[in-house]
Amino acid sequence: MNSPAPAQQPSTSAWSMYRAVVGIGTLCAVLIVVVYQTTAARIRDNQARFLALAVAQVLPAAQATVAVALTENGQLGAAAEAPALPLFLGYGADGELVGAVVTAEGMGYQDNIRVLYAYSFERRAIVGFKVLDSKETPGLGDRVEKEPHFLASFEQLDARLAPDGSALLHPIVTVKQGEKTEPWQIDGITGATITSEAIGEILNDSANAWLPVLERDSRSFNTGEVTEAT
Amino acid sequence: MLRREVSTTDEFVKGLWRENPVFVQVLGMCPALAVSNTAINALTMGLATTFVLLMSGCSVSLLRNFIPREARIVSFICIIASFVTAVDYLIQAISLELSRSLGAFIALIVVNCLILGRAEAFASKNAPGRAAIDALGMGAGFTAALLTIGMVREILGSGTLFGLAVLPEAFQTWTVMVLPSGGFFAMAMWLLLVNRLKEREAEAEKRPQEAAS
Repeated sequence: MNSPAPAQQPSTSAWSMYRAVVGIGTLCAVLIVVVYQTTAARIRDNQARFLALAVAQVLPAAQATVAVALTENGQLGAAAEAPALPLFLGYGADGELVGAVVTAEGMGYQDNIRVLYAYSFERRAIVGFKVLDSKETPGLGDRVEKEPHFLASFEQLDARLAPDGSALLHPIVTVKQGEKTEPWQIDGITGATITSEAIGEILNDSANAWLPVLERDSRSFNTGEVTEAT
Repeated sequence: MLRREVSTTDEFVKGLWRENPVFVQVLGMCPALAVSNTAINALTMGLATTFVLLMSGCSVSLLRNFIPREARIVSFICIIASFVTAVDYLIQAISLELSRSLGAFIALIVVNCLILGRAEAFASKNAPGRAAIDALGMGAGFTAALLTIGMVREILGSGTLFGLAVLPEAFQTWTVMVLPSGGFFAMAMWLLLVNRLKEREAEAEKRPQEAAS
């Protein structure tokens, strides 16, 4: 508060400045490393539990899931490391393939939105949806997580492939609220236009990329390493 | 002994009321407005800030003779940033949902002027014990202020308190209270109330003096 004028200050030696800054920097680095080391396992557990819970929510029919990924030769294979956007195949009680759960990511209104959706091979449709991570505006954009009419679109969202199996027959799009007429359309939210349209785009891009691969390879996939669902 | 105790209590209480960081000093507005949309967010933010205040206050106070004047800001920020990083990891380890709902604001505790302000104005000039009490008082005042704003916003904006329904179903929730503008409304209401109370307090103190003179 009543600090003396700078001119009267004895000049500090460079050594004591280095000592203070480097010393504090070292102490702080040690602190961060210690905290990171002690919490890393808990954080990984939390993330795995959160993802497992979300997978069970979007594809309740699956009794067991196996993580898969694209291998180098473009085929579906068992995932070695946890990828940034995990992909799972879900199996029923008798070991039959009931669906796939896909993670997808894309730009929303504020930041990237990360979603999880379930694809049913039998119904050729998206049958489950959940937002994993979003920073959308509370009260507006974040309604894509809980608005009933919006979420109702994902109970049976048409995702048939074109006859040659290379892409979706009908692109998945978000339409204005109350104007949904086709089974591949998502009923949008007034007040969350950009976010609900972004979800449509994220699903369309991801489904176009993944569903052809899943339809081609999933049934012949070797289920040697099926893990029990939690 | 008695005088010492009184001053210690005073050191703590000043942060709660007389020098409340939010309602009187009007510091740390960014988290106070942004993360007070629910009571639980407000409480977590307040506790996280208190923890950083306490730890950085003690560290700065312990190292105060070791830090040269010219290098004090960089040293303080380095200490504060380290504790904020630690808090960020701890919250992620405790609850991922909580960490998701607080978003970037935990990391932004680093630039909360309340913390650097206390380090500069108090901790760097006082012994660790007093710095700790000052930090706890300021932290408690900050938490209490955030919580009062958060409670008003959650009750009116979502009809719940700590996630439990408190208003009847028929109540049409005021979505605006959950949005950023609701933060300003709630803050203004509390500032009005606190300032009115302080005014009355000052008037009450003045009156006996006038009578005596």
